[in-house]
Amino acid sequence: MAEVAPDIAEPTASPSGSTGTTPLCCPAGMVAELVQESETALKTDDFADQLQHNDDGSESLILVVQNLHCPSCIRSIESAVENKPGLLKARVNLSTRRLKLNWDPAETNAEPLLAAVAARGYRLVPLDPAQLESAEAEEGRALLRAMAVAGFAASNVMLLSVAVWSGLAADMGPATRTLMHWVSALIALPAVAYAGRPFFRSALAAVRGGHTNMDVPISLAVLLAAGMSLSETLRGGEQVFFDASVMLLFFLLIGRFLDLRLRGRARSAAENLTALKATAATVVAPDGSLHSLPIARLEPGMTVAVAAGERIPVDGKVLLGRSEVDTALLTGESLPRPVGEGSEVFAGTVNGGGPLRITVTKLAEASLLAEIVRLMENAEQGRDRYVRLADRVARHYAPAVHLLAAATFTGWMVLSDLPWQSSLMIAIAVLIITCPCALGLAVPAVQVAAVGRLLKQGILVKSADALERLAAVDTFVFDKTGTLTLGRPSLQNGSDIEPQVLALAAAMARHSRHPLARALCQTAPRTADRDLVVQEHAGDGLSTELDGRTLRLGRRGWCGIADDAAEGAQDGAMELWLAGGDFAPQRFVFRDAPRPDTADVIKRLQRRGIAVELLSGDRSPVAAQLAKDLGIDVWHGDCRPADKIARLEALAAEGRKTAMIGDGLNDAPALAAAFASLSPADAADISQIAADIVFQGDHLAPLVEALDTARSAKRLVLQNFALAMLYNLIAVPIAVAGFVTPLIAAVAMSSSSIIVTANAMRLNLKSQGKDA
Amino acid sequence: MSALVYLIPVALFLGLLGLAGFLWALKSGQFEDLDGAAHRVLMDDDEESASERKSDKPEKP
Repeated sequence: MAEVAPDIAEPTASPSGSTGTTPLCCPAGMVAELVQESETALKTDDFADQLQHNDDGSESLILVVQNLHCPSCIRSIESAVENKPGLLKARVNLSTRRLKLNWDPAETNAEPLLAAVAARGYRLVPLDPAQLESAEAEEGRALLRAMAVAGFAASNVMLLSVAVWSGLAADMGPATRTLMHWVSALIALPAVAYAGRPFFRSALAAVRGGHTNMDVPISLAVLLAAGMSLSETLRGGEQVFFDASVMLLFFLLIGRFLDLRLRGRARSAAENLTALKATAATVVAPDGSLHSLPIARLEPGMTVAVAAGERIPVDGKVLLGRSEVDTALLTGESLPRPVGEGSEVFAGTVNGGGPLRITVTKLAEASLLAEIVRLMENAEQGRDRYVRLADRVARHYAPAVHLLAAATFTGWMVLSDLPWQSSLMIAIAVLIITCPCALGLAVPAVQVAAVGRLLKQGILVKSADALERLAAVDTFVFDKTGTLTLGRPSLQNGSDIEPQVLALAAAMARHSRHPLARALCQTAPRTADRDLVVQEHAGDGLSTELDGRTLRLGRRGWCGIADDAAEGAQDGAMELWLAGGDFAPQRFVFRDAPRPDTADVIKRLQRRGIAVELLSGDRSPVAAQLAKDLGIDVWHGDCRPADKIARLEALAAEGRKTAMIGDGLNDAPALAAAFASLSPADAADISQIAADIVFQGDHLAPLVEALDTARSAKRLVLQNFALAMLYNLIAVPIAVAGFVTPLIAAVAMSSSSIIVTANAMRLNLKSQGKDA
Repeated sequence: MSALVYLIPVALFLGLLGLAGFLWALKSGQFEDLDGAAHRVLMDDDEESASERKSDKPEKP
């Protein structure tokens, strides 16, 4: 996100101690001044549609907190509102980045609550509850409930089964045994009927569609085991498989739940984006009154008011006002562009300087932002074709298991004189034994271990199959600005400048939020604040009176330096001048510096056999220079979003698997088009959503870490498959031969599940950042 | 063996109690934010406890 204050972690700029907690990354306190002047607090009209009226008379509202990053934000937000009168409940959800407020409408309304949170620097966007009740969220809860029921049933049935098994060895009477079986049936049958539904439903859908999936053998095994056990119980037989059927469900549901949890992250991120798109714009009516309107209903010719610090909602022309617009997300340009009356502005960019009135020139759907979203959605469809490893295995495994069970049944019928019930029982035992319990856990267990390991290092894996895809990647394609570089300028010639001049410039710069000014005060040593009265001239620079002279810090022309008169006139670097003092005019040169470990990371990637490319929207010479500095052989400059996609497609056509790393809005389509994609946490929202993996911090080392973890995760998954197969190799002959008792089935199933889970945990034993 | 007549119901009852507890926790939203819950444990809520008692919010630990 390109807030007007992009560098919120900067120590010199944050007034301390306003929240009681120590903000690590939070905007708390820091952006407060900004929000006050930009008046972005929501008014009741803005969220009337999203308000929920509860049965008990209270009202609630769910909001996306745009800049919620770290755990201390929870305290910061909740403590901002918790003492307000009329508030019933305020709860921050860190996983989904949402805040839920619940209040008593008789005592308060939402405005003071939202204002209190906004004053701590958080940007809130109301969410429409109608969109939230998605099927998948309900599926997650249903899965958890099923898991709880299966867990309860498994533990209790096992308790009884252990008694029966030891009773068989000792001298349990048939009456007691049958009692135990009946109690087991009483627990297991309802549990199977309830907890098995997710599998039955999916199996049924697969069979109807004329193919099989992993759920077909699972459903068959569970149902047949339960049914056969019931008939055994009725006959007063010795062997029942109630424990196996519920335990199977329990283990498999754990795998399913872990899998779903990984997917849930991506889902909530997508829902949050929908909310952002629906944000309202402030429209100026012909009579001068202001009212808010959903962006979708804006029409060309309308006038929109955009306060400083707000995102510009539509493409349009500036009608009134002078300001600077941060276009970093759209173009990758790191400096804000000055705009005045008549300049064109684009949706998605952030208005940095002063308030603007904008005449809408295009419908919201036709805006540049919408165009990029469309490009991204088109590109994304290609990725859906990826078939996950587990599904590929299942495709072969399920028919094989069915054939094996059928062959066992016919074999025993034809070759022996056992009654058909006994042959069926042996065939069912084969199904139970081969049931992919370990297979069902093999992938999710590794993924959870891998995702957890990465999360500890600030790397968020968003989609369940992201690591699988990343492991297969052989080419990394980088964007330049904001990805290889920090995306913000830093002073280059600080050591050549006299300390007093630098201190003076920094003291002036402290009064501005312009990126160059911020870079200047970051580099300069912190000296005692001078009492300067500084005036900011939008688009030009800063001026102040000192000892009767007018000092100017800003644009070359504005400071009275002729375009061709001084050093570096033609090099096009970012620069500031300080003139008017009792010293020669001083030039400050800035450069968008590479991230501190960029060169090192690229070397380490190349050592791992990864080809590295640079695709930049910036001018070719700049891209070439950076590529040369960093040791990247293949680079392309002047790339528009469509060009980036074209390049990725060309690489894919060569049979290469590409990972795209980018941060800008202009990278989003490419991120969606690449085989795998990563994006830094300060990237545009839409890029973070398009990316599979989001990493935090100023360093690129997480890329190497993610790649290594993905590769070892893949190795572990394959090992787990091998272990599961090995287990089948041993257990299947025993089952086919008809020697499987319920005890053997239970031991075999749980031990294989424990083995694959334990193997997955090995991922956490590996030390970090080791070079292969 | 007659002990079974009451031991089995007792075991089942305890198990059901656990199940009911879990389902209640699920329903009251304690599984909605697993990331946040991990950090909430570590939060210093001394300053909060005063207001907590006043407003009596049972859903917070």
